[in-house]
Amino acid sequence: MTTLPNLTQKKLGLVIDLDTCVGCHACVISCKGWNTENYGAPLSDQNAYGADNSGTFLNRVHSFEVQPTGDEAAAQLIHFPKSCLHCEDAPCVTVCPTGASYKREEDGIVLVNEQDCIGCGLCAWACPYGARELDQAEGVMKKCTLCVDRIYNENLEEVDRVPTCVRTCPSGARHFGDLGDENSDVSKLVAERGGMDLMPEQGTKPVNKYLPPRPKDELPEFDVLAPFLEPVAQEAKGFLGWLDKTLEKL
Amino acid sequence: MHPAPSVIIFTTFSGLGFGLLFWLGIDPTPPKGWVAFVFWLIAYAMAVGGLLSSTFHLGRPERFLKAFSQWRSSWLSREGIAAVATLVAMGLYGLGLVFFGTAWQPLGWLGALGALATVFTTSMIYTQMKTIPRWNMNLTPAMFMSYALAGGALLKGNITMAIVLLAIAGVVQVLTWITGDKAFENSGTTMATATGLGNIGSVRAFEPPHTGTNYLMREFIHVVGRKHSQKLRIIGVALGIIIPVVLLLLPIGHWIALIAVASHIAGVLASRWLFFAEAEHVVGLYYGKR
Repeated sequence: MTTLPNLTQKKLGLVIDLDTCVGCHACVISCKGWNTENYGAPLSDQNAYGADNSGTFLNRVHSFEVQPTGDEAAAQLIHFPKSCLHCEDAPCVTVCPTGASYKREEDGIVLVNEQDCIGCGLCAWACPYGARELDQAEGVMKKCTLCVDRIYNENLEEVDRVPTCVRTCPSGARHFGDLGDENSDVSKLVAERGGMDLMPEQGTKPVNKYLPPRPKDELPEFDVLAPFLEPVAQEAKGFLGWLDKTLEKL
Repeated sequence: MHPAPSVIIFTTFSGLGFGLLFWLGIDPTPPKGWVAFVFWLIAYAMAVGGLLSSTFHLGRPERFLKAFSQWRSSWLSREGIAAVATLVAMGLYGLGLVFFGTAWQPLGWLGALGALATVFTTSMIYTQMKTIPRWNMNLTPAMFMSYALAGGALLKGNITMAIVLLAIAGVVQVLTWITGDKAFENSGTTMATATGLGNIGSVRAFEPPHTGTNYLMREFIHVVGRKHSQKLRIIGVALGIIIPVVLLLLPIGHWIALIAVASHIAGVLASRWLFFAEAEHVVGLYYGKR
């Protein structure tokens, strides 16, 4: 049934560090690669080499510019990977008319049973994060599986039993673990860095957390001579002075 | 939201069809024989045609039977069940009236109740979306129900009832627009909450994830045509409400009634187009768009 479990044994999810992400899109590519070759229908592209190409992705990296308020601080560029947040109160699951969407009781992963999906798109409507995309070739809904076919896969080396985006990230901006266990590394990281929910007002209780960018360093005034080097001349003299006065009068 | 023709046709015509079925079901002196046949034909053409149209936007329409299974949590599933139950009850009721000339009244009442439930469940599919603040309010079911009841009364030829209900539908529609225009701001969802970066400063979308478009942008970010929304609102109310009411106040004939119905349908189609085209999904914020 597409009712949500009251409690999941684990809350597996990702912690994404917005301070460390360099916006290289490697997670996007490795996600597309792994999930095209493995679990479920491949992630198709339409008109891949044409003018208006588009395709299905489970992970996309946005970039935002943030202009700090109040002072003359420089604008910050923040790269922002976005995928399914495996919400505790996942609105995408309860709207599903067929039972194709479900949240697993054992680890909290939200999945789609593609054999049951009629491609009505309602779950994508219900998701505030844009985590679900209807594959245009297969006609079924695709979403992040948290690489369910990697994390429990004993055929893989232990180091590879994490979502492929986490394994690929060259800057260590992505972390995987049980956010329901407060002693896990990811939970400690969230506590230490003030991990946050996206759109908390939507009431979805996302499992994935985002670590906000650390405050920027401020360069201290260290040059003892600097005060003596301030400009001496306050008013222009000579030709420029004359020009300035003349232009003022006009 | 992308105003897909399939869902506009679906909500408009199934609303009218089930509205007509409601009035047929509660009629204490229902039509019989050929007259009943024509009424039932119109109602079923609209209700079933609308439902069939809604399957055109499915990615896998051949699996539609599965959609009846999740009535415990899904409004879409409940709608499917309510629609089929109503069509069965009213079908049997119509059978009695057309072929046997007898009114199996309890079936009619049951069907009328089912027709109301169908329109209500349809409206709840949209109302439940917290992600689309314009829809996420009590006025949405009121709007769907009042249009269906007014349109049904118009088709049934209950002139006094139709005039009153059309007026009510007009008021509800205008209230829906007034409240809906402020809904996104009132929802509290902004680029700041979407990104969690609001406490640093003002957030601006700098670079999208890709140079092209994608499913999300096609489905949820529809800006073309919104600039004409005020004109379309006037057209919608004029055709859907005012012209039919004026025509009904004239000495009525079948041809005038037909014009009133056609005008009403055109008006509801315009309003329903706006219902989708003007609805803004919060996911647009990640793209710096609405």
